[in-house]
Amino acid sequence: MITFEAVSKVFPGGTTAVADLDLELPTGKITCFVGPSGCGKTTSLRMINRMIEPSSGRILVNGEPIATQDAAELRRRMGYVIQHAGLFPHRTIVDNIATVPFLVGTGKKQARARAVELMERVGLPENLAKRYPAQLSGGQQQRVGVARALAADPPVMLMDEPFSAVDPIVRAQLQQEFLRLQSDLGKTIAFVTHDIDEAIKLGDMVAVFRQGGHIAQFGTPQELLEDPADDFVTDFVGRDRGFRSLSFDPAKDLPVRPMSSLPDGISVEVDDDGRALAWSSAAFGSRTRPLGGTFRATDTLRQATDVAISSPVGLALEVDETGRPVGVISHAEIAEHLASTRSAASADTGSRLAPEDVST
Amino acid sequence: MIEYIGNNFDLILTAFGQHIALALIPVLIGVVVALPLGYLAVRRDWLYQPIVTITGVLYSIPSLALFVVLPVIIGTKVLSPLNIIVALAIYTVALLVRSVADALRSVDRTVTQAATAMGYRPVKRLFGVDLPIALPVMLAGLRVATVSNISLVSVGAIIGVGGLGSLFTRGLQLRFAEPIIVGIVLSVLLAAVCDSLIVLAQRYFTPWVRVGART
Repeated sequence: MITFEAVSKVFPGGTTAVADLDLELPTGKITCFVGPSGCGKTTSLRMINRMIEPSSGRILVNGEPIATQDAAELRRRMGYVIQHAGLFPHRTIVDNIATVPFLVGTGKKQARARAVELMERVGLPENLAKRYPAQLSGGQQQRVGVARALAADPPVMLMDEPFSAVDPIVRAQLQQEFLRLQSDLGKTIAFVTHDIDEAIKLGDMVAVFRQGGHIAQFGTPQELLEDPADDFVTDFVGRDRGFRSLSFDPAKDLPVRPMSSLPDGISVEVDDDGRALAWSSAAFGSRTRPLGGTFRATDTLRQATDVAISSPVGLALEVDETGRPVGVISHAEIAEHLASTRSAASADTGSRLAPEDVST
Repeated sequence: MIEYIGNNFDLILTAFGQHIALALIPVLIGVVVALPLGYLAVRRDWLYQPIVTITGVLYSIPSLALFVVLPVIIGTKVLSPLNIIVALAIYTVALLVRSVADALRSVDRTVTQAATAMGYRPVKRLFGVDLPIALPVMLAGLRVATVSNISLVSVGAIIGVGGLGSLFTRGLQLRFAEPIIVGIVLSVLLAAVCDSLIVLAQRYFTPWVRVGART
């Protein structure tokens, strides 16, 4: 656990980057620091490994104040990943990854063996081991950055916009793999981003910073979307937050109707193995229309709703793991389901939800 | 020509050996002095301008004037080779300090900060990260300093110490072209060989530079 106790940082010249910050980053979870630029999120991150010293207040890691610990030793127990990776251009990929093991005196052979192991773990082909950073793509460099941070198996990871310098497709990939990695490793992670979508996707907890280094809200992504603390947070999480908050509801509870309930004239074409291929309808004439998407029980309400809205027949098709049709549901039915579950939930918790959230 | 070389072989060889020593010893001294000075100019930001300005002024002193004035300042004999060595060491420092400082400054700050954040202590970071990455720019400075020294040594012949330069003065006095030609050829050859050696060393020690340029 990383604890901020009344931490402030005023830079020489008088700029207050962080003001009286109290925050607790839970062990084994990802905590995202998100906010507009200049809101103190990076400063807060860099105070955790003493790259920046607080002007007042203190930071504790597992109850131990860090101010009295040796800075270099402290940093070796905290993986560090930054935008553009910051790799050492003069070292090969393995040696970049083995940086901290080399620093703490692990044998060269052992450190390199571990580095190669990590390359596989972050999805880098082994034949890149002897290359130099300049020979890798941005996405690959970022993977090396993550591997380098993991090399000494630190309990804490500090990540400063690690995925913002790569293109959106690679970013989505890196985010997915990062979540998979974290589900195996369970590190305590502080993750800085200016992208609220990234924060909501990755964070177990999200701290929304506002200008002047104040925390506007600290909570789970769902809390931010469903119950923003004020106008600033509402604005920051964006207009379609209601729709995005559907990502937290599973699709498996939807009252899907059996295939036999399809209206006359509408049917689903299937292939020889019974997998859904396309919609056909009397209204389309002899042609079929592409499915446009399907959802499974393991998906979220957001996906089911998206499929229902974009479906040429107004129905979302649920399929099983093999792609065979299971049932259908219309967007009106999804909305009904949502309204009834939310009103039940707000009756339980004492009506935390504002009316407009329910009507999504 | 061949006859001249045959008759004066020992003399040419001595001049050549003296030329190498007079040119390269100052390079070594210059490197040893310039490294910490350049580092200081980067570490203490306010020192950068004064250091670069002072060394720039030093470099602009005409070499002959420096050779003549030095004995007065450091108390050596007028004909001592030490004058040449000290003068050329000053030029080398003047050239290299700026190279070292600019090379260290050119190292990407995200890289050095990443190094610190990984747990590098300052001295280890300097030798493990900053200097190796700065090496190509520093070696470019070293090439200029070395070649410039090799040509400047000849000027020392005018005050009586000058390696291959002594062949020039001798040729001029005797109105005789051969020693001058031999002197020029050997001097140019020496500069070319030293320059190539530094380039080879750079390729060997910084393979990552060429790799990066290709992609």
